[in-house]
Amino acid sequence: MSESGDVKRDAFIEASRVSRGSQRRAPELDVQGVSLSYPANSNALQDVSLTIPADCVTAVIGPSGCGKSTLLRCFNRMNDTIDGCHYTGSILLDGMDVLSGKTDVTELRRRVGMVFQRPNPFPKSVYDNVAYGPRLGGIRSRRQLDEIVENALRAAALWDEVKDRLDAMAATLSLGQQQRLVIARAIAVEPEVLLLDEPASSLDPISTLRIEELIYELKTDYTIIIVTHNMQQAGRVSDFTAFMNAGKLVEFNTTDRIFTNPVERATEDYITGRVG
Amino acid sequence: MLWLTSSMALLAVMLLLALMLLLGWLATGGGGSAGQAAEAGDQWASIFFMLQNGPAPYNDEGIFAAIVGTVTVTLLMTIIVSPLGVIVAIYLHVYARNTWYTELIRIGIHNLAGVPSIIYGVFGLGFFVYVIGAQIDQWFFSAALPRATLGTPGLLWAAVTLVLLTLPTVIVATEEGLARLPPSLREGSLALGATRFEMTFGVLVPAAMSSMVTGIVLAIARAAGEVAPLMLVGAVKYAPALPLSSDLPFIQVEQKFMHLGFLLYDLTLHAPSGDGRIALIASIALVLVFVVMSLTTFAAVLRGRFRMQYAQEALF
Repeated sequence: MSESGDVKRDAFIEASRVSRGSQRRAPELDVQGVSLSYPANSNALQDVSLTIPADCVTAVIGPSGCGKSTLLRCFNRMNDTIDGCHYTGSILLDGMDVLSGKTDVTELRRRVGMVFQRPNPFPKSVYDNVAYGPRLGGIRSRRQLDEIVENALRAAALWDEVKDRLDAMAATLSLGQQQRLVIARAIAVEPEVLLLDEPASSLDPISTLRIEELIYELKTDYTIIIVTHNMQQAGRVSDFTAFMNAGKLVEFNTTDRIFTNPVERATEDYITGRVG
Repeated sequence: MLWLTSSMALLAVMLLLALMLLLGWLATGGGGSAGQAAEAGDQWASIFFMLQNGPAPYNDEGIFAAIVGTVTVTLLMTIIVSPLGVIVAIYLHVYARNTWYTELIRIGIHNLAGVPSIIYGVFGLGFFVYVIGAQIDQWFFSAALPRATLGTPGLLWAAVTLVLLTLPTVIVATEEGLARLPPSLREGSLALGATRFEMTFGVLVPAAMSSMVTGIVLAIARAAGEVAPLMLVGAVKYAPALPLSSDLPFIQVEQKFMHLGFLLYDLTLHAPSGDGRIALIASIALVLVFVVMSLTTFAAVLRGRFRMQYAQEALF
């Protein structure tokens, strides 16, 4: 991106932040030359560099296996759980290198929350699911937990539906409710960045719509990165879009620009449905 | 699985019915005179504590001591094997990396489940009693030497031998329970900033609790009915005192003990044939089956409670 492009972009971010009345400034994520290999795929990511703007929704799109989920899982080091996964490069979050061996991963994951493709509530009650993260953080007072749980469930637009059955097992909720519960669980630890890995792909259209509305509301306070297969969804919810293909970042720009006037031929082909 | 459980239950009921019929037949004097019938009925009434008419030396003590011995050795075994097996399984599944070495250990554990139980008895006698027990005596009970305290077969070594015997069952069941949990559960927990320890004991263990208890139920079922190894490491034909005491720790682990299974074996082969002997054998068999069933039922009820607590829909 050129110098003048940077200025424009910053103005855009600022404008969208002010227009939403954002209270706090979430950090941006600066990805510098990240490459990653699995035993199964030695080029899962190749020299990916981009700056994820703060307080915005950034969508990562691309064909299956292009590395978009892998990139997402770099931000909270979820790839560490995979045997034989190696990576180089750096991701800066407030000056802290996420990928450095010295980074405290549990601390990082409290700052960078994640929601997975399929709802994965713990086999516990609704309340205990949301309170899980705060309890890990050492909060024991019932009153404090009650407040956190209520706020998180309200933020995830689930409070009115579950306030009378907080002690019910999470699995008794519908899939859409479970996914919002999982989002509430992630919010309860008050992260700064929220990673969403195809959060609506296993949901029906109505639940999907609710999740999208939720994302729109949440971006006031969080830097959100969403991986999605659904192009319309990317267009609806995101401010910025990154298009990836075969482990490489092809193009990164404002969503409007990517969808109306992409620079790269590959992006246009993908968006118009000729590829992927 | 339903057909398996129900057929097992059916089998158990049939076995019980057969034993009861045999007992009833003998008690009402089937195959004997009226006098014998009266005697047999007497035995039935007093079977738990006194067998006045049974063959010596059981005529004094009855089979109460054997019931206590069976339950004690099984419970002691359960107390040791449950945490040990669960911890080994957690280590193997959560902490150990998958290498040829852990695979070797896994294969070893699976194979241990198939070793004939008498071999555990021989090992228990040779290793626990003569090596470890003798060494402990040297260190801690040297005042009592040459009379062995732990360097001789007893309750502790019998329980530990049963632990070896049932450890594979608990480990395999627990590990399979953990493996059945969806990986998303692990990821969800880690993504919230849990350490591996917090993830394991806060999410995985509660979620796999019913498999763990299943493993323990199977272990109890196997151990409570085991006789062959116990003959070598502590069960005796006649013990003058119960392996319990009124002082802490309420259990005398160095004592020899009586065991229903061993009693049954001994009575069947070695007791002088006399009036009511077959009735006595049938009664003891019945009591043994009852004891094993009560122990496993207790554990199964426990498992049922965990299953309710962590009930999950067919979501994963």
